[in-house]
Formats: sequence, C-alpha cells, structure tokens
Amino acid sequence: MTKPNTELHNLTIAELHSGLQQKQFSSHELTEHFLQRIAQLDTELNCFISVDAERALMLADEADQRLANGDTADLLGIPIAQKDIFCTRGMRTSCGSKMLDNFIPPYDATVIARMQQAGAVMLGKTNMDEFAMGSSNETSYYGPVKNPWNTNTVPGGSSGGSAAAVAARLAPAATGTDTGGSIRQPAALCGITGLKPTYGRVSRYGMIAFASSLDQGGPMTRSAADAAVLLNTMVGHDPLDSTSAHAECSDFTKQLPKSIKGLRIGLPKEYFDQRLNTAMADKVHEALQQLTALGAELVDIELPNSALSVPAYYVIAPAEASSNLSRFDGVRYGYRCENPTDLEDMYTRTRSEGFGDEVKRRILVGAYALSAGYYDAYYRKAQQIRRLIKEDFVKAFEKVDVIAGPTSPSPAFALGAKQSDPVEMYLEDIYTIAVNLAGLPGMSIPAGFIDEMPVGLQLVGNYFDESTILNTAHQYQQVTDWHQRSPID
Amino acid sequence: MQWETVIGLEVHVQLATQSKIFSGSSTAFGAAPNTQANAVDMAMPGTLPVANEQAFHSAILFGLAIQADITRTSVFERKNYFYPDLPKGYQTTQLEKPIVGAGTIELIDGDNNIRNVRIHHAHLEEDAGKSLHEDFHGMTGIDLNRAGTPLIEIVTEPDMRSAAEAVACFKKIHAIVTYLGISDGDMSQGSLRCDANVSIRPVGSDTLGTRTETKNLNSFKFIEKAINVEVARQIDLLEDGKSITQETRLYDSEKNETRSMRSKEEANDYRYFPCPDLLPVVIAEETITALQNSMPELPDQKMLRFQNDYGLSAYDAGLLVEDRTVAEFFEAVAQQCQDPKLAANWVMGDLLAYLNKADLSIGQSPVDARALGHLITRIIDQTISGKIAKQVFEVMCGDGGTADEIIETQGLKQLSDSSAIEALIDQVIANSAPQVAQYRAAEPDKRKKLVGYFVGQVMKMSQGQANPGEVNRILAQKLNA
Repeated sequence: MTKPNTELHNLTIAELHSGLQQKQFSSHELTEHFLQRIAQLDTELNCFISVDAERALMLADEADQRLANGDTADLLGIPIAQKDIFCTRGMRTSCGSKMLDNFIPPYDATVIARMQQAGAVMLGKTNMDEFAMGSSNETSYYGPVKNPWNTNTVPGGSSGGSAAAVAARLAPAATGTDTGGSIRQPAALCGITGLKPTYGRVSRYGMIAFASSLDQGGPMTRSAADAAVLLNTMVGHDPLDSTSAHAECSDFTKQLPKSIKGLRIGLPKEYFDQRLNTAMADKVHEALQQLTALGAELVDIELPNSALSVPAYYVIAPAEASSNLSRFDGVRYGYRCENPTDLEDMYTRTRSEGFGDEVKRRILVGAYALSAGYYDAYYRKAQQIRRLIKEDFVKAFEKVDVIAGPTSPSPAFALGAKQSDPVEMYLEDIYTIAVNLAGLPGMSIPAGFIDEMPVGLQLVGNYFDESTILNTAHQYQQVTDWHQRSPID
Repeated sequence: MQWETVIGLEVHVQLATQSKIFSGSSTAFGAAPNTQANAVDMAMPGTLPVANEQAFHSAILFGLAIQADITRTSVFERKNYFYPDLPKGYQTTQLEKPIVGAGTIELIDGDNNIRNVRIHHAHLEEDAGKSLHEDFHGMTGIDLNRAGTPLIEIVTEPDMRSAAEAVACFKKIHAIVTYLGISDGDMSQGSLRCDANVSIRPVGSDTLGTRTETKNLNSFKFIEKAINVEVARQIDLLEDGKSITQETRLYDSEKNETRSMRSKEEANDYRYFPCPDLLPVVIAEETITALQNSMPELPDQKMLRFQNDYGLSAYDAGLLVEDRTVAEFFEAVAQQCQDPKLAANWVMGDLLAYLNKADLSIGQSPVDARALGHLITRIIDQTISGKIAKQVFEVMCGDGGTADEIIETQGLKQLSDSSAIEALIDQVIANSAPQVAQYRAAEPDKRKKLVGYFVGQVMKMSQGQANPGEVNRILAQKLNA
C-alpha cells in the first residue's frame, strides 16, 4: 500500500474513490483507519452517538468485494457518518433524544438506502440537537459535541456531530439535515462545507421529521467538490415522499470547473446592516473580493421581509413539530414511563420524561400557535409572511444568480453561553432561516477565521440550481485554502 | 306543545380500495391483529404518507353522483388528538378544502314525491385502529389493521324531520355508494356508520334548538331507534323546563337509550392545520370527465327505468332498487320469465322473505335468478298455479333441484283438461245441494262471494292442481245454468 495510513483522513472523496479503485488501499483499511480516529478522538469531541465497528467493517468488506468485481459506484468503499436523524435498519436511531434511545428502525431512510447502493460504508450515527431543535448541539440527550477548533466552544447545531466529525477528520464526509440552518450554521462554526438542497430535492422518507415543510437533508463535507459527489447520490424523486420533487438531477460535479466570470452575486442590504459585527463583515467582504477577482459581479439587492423570517419560522416550525412529535406517545415504540397508572398518566409522564426542555418548549409554542382562537393570529399570519419572504427571493433572483452573505452572526460561542436564553440562541439562524422558508438551496463554505475560529460564507441559489452555488463555491475553493485547514493533525 | 325534530347526519363510508389511503397495506377485513399495519400505519418515525389515487376517484364518483362541486385543489389537514389507536397522534382528514363540495341527495317516496337533503360536503380521511379492551387483563390491546383505511365522511345539512327520513337518507347513501362500487356497504363490518345530530324545536319555529350528536350508529334499525329515543329524551327535558346540553352521546342498543359521552366543554381543541407531508391534490378536468363517463346507473335512474320499462309502481321500483344486488337479481329474473310484475312480486315477496328468515344475503340465495325466472315461467305457461309454485319454491330452497324436476317428480303439474275439471265440478255440485240452493237464491252481486266455496272444494279435490281459471269459468257456466 503506497499511502501511509496517517494521510488517509486528509484525502478528498475523489482521491479516496480513485485510491480505492486503484487498490492503493482497501475499504476495510480505510474504515479501520477512521474507526481508530474515532476511538482516539471522539471521547472528547462526542461527535457520535452510535458507532458499530463490526457493522462498518462488514460493510467495508462488502464494498471491497464489489471493488474486486469492478464496481465503480460513486461512494463505493468510502466511509460516511450519518446524522442520527436518518433511520437505519437494525441500528439505533435516537434523533438525539431519550425518547428514541431504544429505537431500532426496521427500515432504512431513502438517503441511507441510496448511499448504501452507491457503496458508502456507514461509520456511525452522529450526535445532534434533540429532534434537530437547537443551534449548539447542547440539547442532545447524549451530551454536547465539542468544536474541534476549540473544545470549550459549541460546534453549532443541529447537525453539530456531523460538522465536528468532518472537521476533525473522523469521517471523510457526513450527512446533515437543515430545517432553519442546521447544516449551514454548524458547517460555518466548524469550518467545513455544508449544503442544504432545494426543498424536495432529497427524500425525507425515514428522516425523522422536525418541521416537514422545512426539513431537508444534505451533504456536509470538506469541499464543494465532495459535496457535489454526495449530493449526486442523495437526490432524486422518491415515490415514498409526496413532497419530493420530480426535478431533473444532472451530475452536480459537471459545472464545478466552469468559470464564474459574469456571475451576478446579490448582496441583500438587510444582511449587511449595523447588526452584523465588523469582524464578520470584514471576512464576508474579503471573500466577496476573491469572488469578484474571479470575475463575479456584485449587485445590491433587497430582501425587505428578512426581519420577519425568525418570528415566522418560530411559529411555523414549532407548529409542525407539535404535531409531528405527537407520535411519541409510549404506545408503540420508544420510551414509555415506568408503571403508568392509566392512559393519561402514561402520556404525561412518557412525554415529560422522554423529551428535553427545548423540545417541550417548541411543542408548547407550536400547540399554542395552532390552538382555536390563535390560529389566524399566529399560524396563518406566519404562512402569509412566508409567502412574502419567498416572493422577495423570487424577485431578487430575476436580477442575480447567487445571493451571498454571512452564514452566522458570529463564530462559535462558548459552551453554555446561550443555553439560558432561547431567543439569543434562535438569532443564531437569522441569516439561514429565510432560505428554508423560501425552500431555496443554500450552502456555507469556510471563509477565514476570527480569533482562530472559522467563519462561513453563505451562498444561496435559485430553485433547483444547486449547480451554480456549488460552482461558485468550488471556484472560490480553487483560490483559497480555508477549507483545507484542519483543527487536528 | 308540538315539537319538530331536526336531524343532520355525518355518514362514514369505508372505501373498497385495495390498499390504505396513505400506505400500501391491504384493507382486507378480518386478518390477525396488526398483520396489515406497516411502518407507515404504525407511524414509525420518519415514515411519510402517499395519497391513494383510487380513494380520490371514489370520492369524486360520489360527488358526481350527488351533483356536487368537485374541489379542483383539495387539501389534507391534520386533526390533532391523542388516542392509543390513533398512531400518529393526529388524523389526516380534510377541513377547509374537502374534495366534494355542496350537493344534494334526493329521497323519493313510494308516491314519487321528492324530498331533497342538502349535502354540506364530503371529505376524505383515514380511519383509526381499534382498541381491544377484553382479553388483556387490565390493559388495552391495539389493533392497527384498520388504521389508515380510507373513508369518506358525508355531512348533511339539518334537513331531515324524522327518524324515518334519516333512515331513508342513510339508505340512499348506502345505495349510491354500493351502486358506484366504491364501498362494499357491509354494515356488519362497519363499512357504513353514522353520527346523528338531533335537535327539536316548537313547530313553526325557524331557529334551531341545541343539538346532541349520537355517535357510531351502524344499522338502519339502530339509527331509527336511537333518534326516536333521543327525541323523546329531549322533549321530556324541555317539557320539564330543563335545557339540553350540547354534547356527544352514545346509543346503548340493549337498553335502548342514549348516554352522555362528553360535553362541548370537554371537547378537544383539534388544532387543525394543513398537512405539510401531503401536497394539495390537484384534480385534472380529464379525470373528472373520465369518471363521469364511467358512472354506472344510479338508484334513482334505475327506479325510473323500472317504472317506465317494466310498468312497476313507484313503490315497488323504489323497494327493488334500494339494494343494487336485489335490483340486479330482479332484472335477471324478469328477463328470464318476461313478466316483470310477477318477477317483482316473487323477488320482493317469497324470495326476500325466505332470505330474511334464513339470514342470507341475496348473493347467497340457494335459488339463483335463472332458476326463479324459470319457475315463474311455469306459472305463466300454466304448468302450475301460483300456489303450487310457492310449494315448488320451498323445495328448491330446501332440497334444491330445478322447478321442472320438482313438478315432474312430485306430480304437481296443473290440471287444465276441461273435461277432467268438469267432472270434479259436477261431483262438488252434487255433494253441495244446500250451497247450490243458497247460491242460486242470492242476488247476482252477492253470488261472487259465494262462488269461493265451490272453487275451494274443487281445488281441494284436485290437491291444488286444477287450473283456477278453468275452474272459475266452468263453475260459472254450471252454477248459472
């Protein structure tokens, strides 16, 4: 074997693919290498909720068999970490909650099934905020994830385990889900590349629902090129998900090498107002300069209803969640309280004991927003705002190809810093939420450091135009090396 | 005081689709518990619904049958409440944009009088599972086989004024859905059930009284009884100076009374909102046209045709078309024997009486339409009399065999030979001197009555096989000679 094992974790997906195809190393060796790194480093980082080494190596051996048979599937033999929100047949899927601590699904999520078909080796299930509700990974029943750049800070959330695992090279790539920023914000805080596809691109079947009209799975990788490869496998219409789109899915790697000369990048004035701190604004502007150097044009645009996105989101998402989470009642699977005295007692204690505080808070908020007499003032109004926000974007995309701005208001914050102030925590997603409400594709790419902590640049594309933001990101990554920086050797 | 009853119905119809409304599980009745519940039906985390197109087609057919507006873009909503046999913690149903809008159901009585019951709307929804309280020693078993079975709920306006009218409306709905083939209509398996909203008001008043909703009535008989006892209860309350509480009630068929289930104050806040897992369903014009073109003959059309083509009375035609299988049986009999009126009498009379007594459906009848038609043919061609035919029919039901075989082996063939009949009549007249004298002394208009005696005697002597027409004709000649 020509490559020393110590370097395996720094290879890109493309390099891993060709290394495996050329038999420079086997999937078994590769998988063992990452399992070792997890064993070494994850005790502190806590990126994984479940790692089943035996299963991973068995999958690796199957991949090696397919490799030997000349199979060239995109992800064949490549270890991938899966967010613990995707149901995995025969392997615990907890969604970061005590409620599902004992839940072993009898089916695979469509994303998992597609990855498996493409030959990916599931390394394990990554930590996350409970039911994907949180922006710091601190609401997980399995304890917080530490940011590998500074273990006193949070990795962001809810896909914090996936982001930290990719940043710390515990996995070459991972999956995440994004309801209000849950892929992009942790990607920014951990210095990796994360993409939330257009709503409907990636099947939600088997992806435990938080807010059905906003949830979308996507890749979390070190580079845009890697993200494109993962995305190719994840997308496509799924007859099991009525909201999955029939849109055409061309090869997302195709447009990566294209020049971005003449690309029109829109800068929403609302994202660059006085609320954006200067250090962050500087980083975003530096990145934009790089993009103009590559031939892009900057265009000032307006998204006048941006300020309403957080309040609208915190009505719609909890409303849907309050209903989506009703199935966790202790009747059929998951946690059930001990010795219930009657039905009412079983419901009350099961849900009181099985859910954490943030989940309960959102269920209460959501139930309130939908209740008789309040529906029109909250839920209906929020849906109206959602339409306005969408229209703002549609108008903006008549003038531009991509919209750019910061991913998060600041770099990673200290563990515990925002835990007691939910509103402060909710404002973490101030730049990402509108994209979910509109259903657009968005990504975060590493764009430098503030006080040695990574920050992200957000790129938002038009509907079903992931190719253009991937192209933009990839071209940027050709002239910068932020995405190659590693917190751990 | 004179009271007027006001009734509105909510009728639940289980659709006869192969699979469930949002999953691929079978809807067949009677399987072992939870063997027809997949991950979607059990509301496993991450599972999603996919709407069954067939269920939509069924609902649209119903809508077209009642001249209703079909909603071009209809929306599923979630009705949120906790119950162990409701796996998702919400029922997926329709509220603001139901698939079927306002329509009309016509009730036609035996005199061809039409009374309209307005349909407010009809919507698609999923059924819940079943809680099994027996056999589990202080615990409750949950069977999710029924969970996700497609239903249409048909909501009427409060247009009915008596229990009988409510039953007529329910029967009409039963007839329409079975004619359309969208439901098996089997009430013993819960395929059709209804909730009755009942209120009373002083005759002449045009404001509605406080209503109660009596749940889950699953037979024609129970609907009628439940409404009648509920009306009586309400009248008693108001006449005692008490008031009626708006509430949900249950009918206890053993005690023949309704009991309070829960009051309005205890009612759930269902927190309806559009289901984000299902996109609005857009119905194409071509779909509606195709369904309209595939529409079978409906009960009202059949009733009219039976009157026009077969010369049946409105009453008979109405009775026959109530059940599609009965109507079809009748038509087959009529075609076989070429005498629709006689066919109608036999089907509604002897056949249904026998089936009722034996507790059989018409599909299980031991005498099929062809065989019955053939038997009637033997009456028409005077091989046997109507009376003997009843005897033959009984044998056909009991021991089987064709009419001809039974007539032959039991020697039931009618006596039509006029000389043989004449001989019998002569004998009777000779043995009945007092009656003959009485007859001859009577006024001509009284004679008709007295002739019966002689007919009876002749029939008795011929063991019922003498042709009654011939007997009458020859008797008249002889007695009046």
